[in-house]
Amino acid sequence: MTRYAMVIDMRICVGCGDCVTACKTENQMPDGLTRDWVVERTSGVYPNLSTEFRSERCNHCSHATCVYVCPTGASHYWRDTNIVLVDEGMCTGCKACIASCPYDARLIMHPEGYVDKCTFCHHRVEKGLDPACVSTCPTHCMYFGVLDDPASKVSTLLRTRNYKTLLQETGNQPNVYYLT
Amino acid sequence: MIEEVLVTLKANPKIDPVLSTWSWEVPVYLFLGGLTAGIMFFAAIMVLTNRQREVPFMTEKLVLWTVILLSIGMGALFLDLSHRWYVYRFYTAFRPTSPMSWGSWILIIIYPVCILQILSTFRQGYPKLARRLERFGVGVLALDLSERFRRPVAWVSVPFALGLGIYTGVLLNTLVARPFWNTGILPILFLVSALSTASALAILGTSDKGERHLFTRIDFGLIAVEILLVFLLVIDLSAGSEVQLASVDLILGGRYTVAFWILFFSVGLLIPFLLEARELLGKSAAAFYMAPLFVLIGGYLLRQVVMNIGLHSSWSNYANQFDPQLLELLH
Ligand code: SF4
Ligand code: SF4
Repeated sequence: MTRYAMVIDMRICVGCGDCVTACKTENQMPDGLTRDWVVERTSGVYPNLSTEFRSERCNHCSHATCVYVCPTGASHYWRDTNIVLVDEGMCTGCKACIASCPYDARLIMHPEGYVDKCTFCHHRVEKGLDPACVSTCPTHCMYFGVLDDPASKVSTLLRTRNYKTLLQETGNQPNVYYLT
Repeated sequence: MIEEVLVTLKANPKIDPVLSTWSWEVPVYLFLGGLTAGIMFFAAIMVLTNRQREVPFMTEKLVLWTVILLSIGMGALFLDLSHRWYVYRFYTAFRPTSPMSWGSWILIIIYPVCILQILSTFRQGYPKLARRLERFGVGVLALDLSERFRRPVAWVSVPFALGLGIYTGVLLNTLVARPFWNTGILPILFLVSALSTASALAILGTSDKGERHLFTRIDFGLIAVEILLVFLLVIDLSAGSEVQLASVDLILGGRYTVAFWILFFSVGLLIPFLLEARELLGKSAAAFYMAPLFVLIGGYLLRQVVMNIGLHSSWSNYANQFDPQLLELLH
C-alpha cells in the first residue's frame, strides 16, 4: 500500500479557512456541506494562553474502520493506496460508515443521499498535483506527499519536526499529521 | 482550560453537532428482528422438547408471524437507506469484515428456514389455509416433507434464531466509533430482550392457560436476567476508556438519564417484572395483559434509547460547537 500523507504546520497556520473554500470550489460541494473544517484550540489559563489552528478532514486512515464496516464495498481504498473513497454507484446510504468514523469526517451528499467525504483530491493526485486545499493555502503551511518515500517533503518534515496525529488511540492509524 | 472552537462552518446535516443519522427505522428493525428470533427460538425449542401440544399458540400460530415481522422490519430498514435504489448492492458483494454484510446474507438464509418451520406445523395451526395449499401438488409435498422433518428443521432454527437475536446487538456493538455501544454486554442484552418480547407476545395471544403460565414464568426469568445485564452494562462502560466514561455519563445524570432509567428501565423492565411476580404468586391475574404489553414497549424502547445514546456518544467533541440554528436568526 502506498501511503499518502498530509502534513500541516500548526506554527504557521493562521486559521483563515482558505483550505475549506478551496475544497468547496474544487469539488463543487452543495450548500451547507463541507469535507474539511478548521478548529481553533485554546489551552492554558489567562494570561498564559496558547492557541493552535487545525485544518481537519478525513484522515485517510491506514486502518480505516469505515472501509471495514461497509457492507457493499462502496467505501474502498483507491488503487492500493490509503486514499479512502466512496463509490456512489455502490453506496446504499446505510450510514454504517458514518457511525464508525471516530473523526465524524463523513457526510451525506445532498440531494442524492449517498455518503461523501474528502478524497485527498485523488483526481488531482492522479495528475501529479497537490490536493486543492494544499495548493491554495496562502501561508504554505500544508504539505502533501508519499510517506513511504524517505526523500519526500512530508517524510523529511516528520523526521525533523515534532508532530501529533488526532485520536491515535483509536487505532485507525490516521495519515494527517500536525507539526507542533 | 481547553476550548476547541470551529472557526469554519461544519454543520453537515445529520452529522453535526451530534450524529442523528438513524431515527426510528433502525430500532424498529432491531426490535422486529429480535421478535422474529425469539419466536423462532421458542417454537423450535418447544418442538425439540416435545412440548408442542402444551404451547400450541407459540409453535403453531405465532410461528407464522416470523416472516411477517421480519419483512416489516426489513421494510423499515429499506426506508432508512438514504440511497435506497442501490439496495441491491448488499447482494452483489460479501464483505467478511462488515457485520452488516453478514446480516444481509443471514436474512436471506433465514427466510427459507422460517418458511420450513411454519410449514412443519401449518396443518395444526392454520388448517383452512393448509387445505388451500394442499390443492397444489407442491403444497402437499412441502407440507408432508416439513412435517416429517419437523425436528431437524427445529434443530436448524435454533442456531439461526440465536444468531439473528445476537446479530441485532452486534450490529451496533461493532460500530467502533460510538463508545456507548462498545461493550460486549450489548448483544447479550439484545438477545435476552428478544426472547423476552417473544414470550410476551405468546402471553398476549394465547388462550391456553397452561401456555400463558409457562411463558409468564419464562418471561419473568428473562426480565430478571435483563435487569442484571443492564447493571453489568453500566459497570462495564464505567470501567472503560475515557470516551466510554463520557458516554455512560449520558445516562448517569446526563441528557439520557430519564429516557434510560424511567422510560426503558422502569416502564420496560421493572413494572412488568413486578406485575409478573404478582401474577405468579397468584395475586392479580387481571394484570396479565399489562405486563406483556409493557415488555413489548420496553423491548422497542431499549433499541431506540440505546441507539440514540450511542449516536450521541462520540470520540470527537468540540467543546464549543457551531450552532447552525443561529444562522436562521440572520434571515
Ligand atoms: S477519518 Fe473516518 S472516513 Fe476517513 S478513513 Fe478514517 S475512518 Fe474513514
Ligand atoms: S453508507 Fe454507503 S459507503 Fe457507507 S457503509 Fe453504507 S454502503 Fe458503505
